Amino acid sequence: MYTTNASRGLPRHRSRHVTERYTRWAMRGLVAALVLTLMWLVLAFHLNGQWMFALLFLVLGASLAVVFTKRTLMSHRYIFPAVAGLGVFVIFPLLYTIGISFSNYSSSNLLSEDRVRAQLLARTYQEEGASFTFQVLRDGEEVRLKLESDGEIALEGEADAEMEAALEGASRFISEPLDLDDDASRRIEIAPLHQALDAEPLEMREVIAARDALQALRLVTPEGLELRMAGLRHFAPMLDRYEARDDGSLYDRRDDRVLTPDRDTGFFVGDDGQRITPGWPVAVGLDNYTRIFADPDIRGPFMQIFVWTFAFAGLTVLFTLVVGFVLASLLQWDQLRGKAIYRTLLILPYAVPAFISILIFKGMFNQHFGEVNMILDGVFGIRPEWFTDPWLARSMLLIVNTWLGYPYMLLLCMGLIQSIPRDLYEASAVDGGGPLTNMLTITLPLIIKPLTPLLIAAFAFNFNNFVLIALLTGGNPDILGASTPAGTTDLLVSYTYRIAFQDAGQDFGLAAAIATLIFLLVAGMSLLNLRLSKVKV
Amino acid sequence: MPMVQPRSIRARRLGAHLALIGFVSLIVFPLLLVISISFREGNFATGSLIPERFSLEHWSLALGIPWERADGSVVQPPFPVLLWLWNSIKVAVVSSLLILMLATTSAYAFARMRFKGKAPLLKGMLIFQMFPAVLSLVALYALFDRLGQLVPWLGINTHGALIVASLGAVALHIWTIKGYFESIDGSLEEAAMVDGASTWQAFRYILLPLSVPILMVVFILAFVMSIMEYPMASVLLVDEHKLTLAVGAQQYLADHNQRWGNFAAAAVLSGLPITVAFLICQRWIIGGLTAGGVKG
Repeated sequence: MYTTNASRGLPRHRSRHVTERYTRWAMRGLVAALVLTLMWLVLAFHLNGQWMFALLFLVLGASLAVVFTKRTLMSHRYIFPAVAGLGVFVIFPLLYTIGISFSNYSSSNLLSEDRVRAQLLARTYQEEGASFTFQVLRDGEEVRLKLESDGEIALEGEADAEMEAALEGASRFISEPLDLDDDASRRIEIAPLHQALDAEPLEMREVIAARDALQALRLVTPEGLELRMAGLRHFAPMLDRYEARDDGSLYDRRDDRVLTPDRDTGFFVGDDGQRITPGWPVAVGLDNYTRIFADPDIRGPFMQIFVWTFAFAGLTVLFTLVVGFVLASLLQWDQLRGKAIYRTLLILPYAVPAFISILIFKGMFNQHFGEVNMILDGVFGIRPEWFTDPWLARSMLLIVNTWLGYPYMLLLCMGLIQSIPRDLYEASAVDGGGPLTNMLTITLPLIIKPLTPLLIAAFAFNFNNFVLIALLTGGNPDILGASTPAGTTDLLVSYTYRIAFQDAGQDFGLAAAIATLIFLLVAGMSLLNLRLSKVKV
Repeated sequence: MPMVQPRSIRARRLGAHLALIGFVSLIVFPLLLVISISFREGNFATGSLIPERFSLEHWSLALGIPWERADGSVVQPPFPVLLWLWNSIKVAVVSSLLILMLATTSAYAFARMRFKGKAPLLKGMLIFQMFPAVLSLVALYALFDRLGQLVPWLGINTHGALIVASLGAVALHIWTIKGYFESIDGSLEEAAMVDGASTWQAFRYILLPLSVPILMVVFILAFVMSIMEYPMASVLLVDEHKLTLAVGAQQYLADHNQRWGNFAAAAVLSGLPITVAFLICQRWIIGGLTAGGVKG
């Protein structure tokens, strides 16, 4: 154990080797380049208005610069990369998740307010009063569009008066020659048409074939009015639907109302109280947490899943421990031959990648043609519905997880049993103790204490055993009457995942609130673990 | 060897063997079944463990070779299994190497140096290591989504994102390597430093060559963990040709279209190398898992 010279403030060690001095300069250059890259990221995120990420990279860049320039922090240079990795990909996401849990971030409140405003301002609507029947004319190699107004142009409202004026006098237009093989969006000038044209119109079949190209067209009249395709036979003027006002509100031209931004809910709200989607995320305080505990449609499934999660983790640890312990006691028996082969075969479930063995079980338990039901049908004449009955699905999960998990317990128990002094068994044999007595009164009490922290770790692991649920049942069968995606076999983690990533209503805020609760539980477990195992640092 | 032996020893030994053989066959049955199914004809074939109608169809499809049936129809491979396997291996190798580098240097500092904040950092690592990545997926997704707009090779649907994200899991490996470094006597390095070696040189030329075994173990451990990683890959990767095996394999058993036979061949093809590698290295892997990782 020592302190580096530099950290003690001793003079710099100057290398006699030239190459080493070059390496040092290369290192300095690398650090400088990294710091500059990070600062560029900070600036870019800051300009995008994403201050959380800007702050993250600012902290990262600043600490990098400090650690690699201050000579007293020489030892910290060795741990910096790992700690930075942990910070960016474990601690930052954790804090960010906790932050999200106090907002209404979801698929309907996703973009920033500016982006929502920009999106709304880009929306258009079709003016119903005017439309043009179009024909695609082919004249030799050239293709042009001919537009003919459908009757009188009758528009309402003041905004439309100028449009009416723009169309006055011209009821027929002809476009420039265009290329119907090109699907790219572009603007084409059209001009009033005065004399008749003798070109062949395309048939409807060909128009349909060229639909993509036609839809991409924006036809512009000499007065600057923009026409777009509004059906297989028509082009019509498209108008911007919303108009920005100075006070931050939007005016809805089509429905003649004012939309004001509501910064409590994160939506634009009309005079009539209607919310316009999309919205933007805003802070909602403890709303997500009160929803978990107060909203009956969420509380019911949540409590059910909560209880099942504990039951699942507890039972898994119990079953795997019992199987592993019994097998370990058997394998420690001196009289038994072929232990190495048994051992290798018994830890096989541990060696096969879990994502493959879980899928194997998914196929085997298939209700219609899976091997498990075929054997049960042949022997007992029953075909249990493993995937549709909640209790059978839960039993299946426990069976599969015991298969997956007992080798770990077996290995742990075998390691611990080896440290038990042999003469204890000797004494037991003298007193006439059988193998069962040995197991329960000598082996178990002696290994349970060093085993406890490992059992807590196993409990925490299975508490969050997402892969098993996701690959085997996907949480199904569903809980009836739940307003969020929730299944009877869901664990809290898979429930969180489904709320965040499944179906339409991706409710990141609620998912983050539940994730925060799980964080607290896991933190409690790992603190307990740390205390029990008396880690020496 | 106990001196006092009960009389019924032979009967008991027989009983133990029978019980173990029974249990082992129960455990190994699913694995043998899958191997058998991969050689059966058709996707819903039933029968005994030794296939009655032997066919290489599923294996050919798993290897990406179209298969011509007896009636002349040609079956195209449903999924690019070999590509997925390659993606998995690529991601696993790069991320394990990075993890190894980061973990080794920090483990050296934690094992040999005295500096401020060492104890809380080590304990903090143990605690944070227990938080599953699934819970912060929303945040990780947001991070890589934004990052990808500035640095394209770190965006959603890139292997770069997956590799970089796996760096959060170094804590476990730091503890493993630290434990090994502490078991090596420090006097060698001190002697080198007395002779004028810098701290880095003592680490690079004295300690590292002595620690090759544990570095191999950590590499294999990180490799296996990366191959099996599911939640992050399922969110970060989108396109079919980008998927890793862990995410792609489940598509064989989609709810409406189960390709049981094709899955079996793909599972054996991709699972066997990993399983064999694990069994060969089991002594070291298990030592690492039970000693370093779970000690706390």
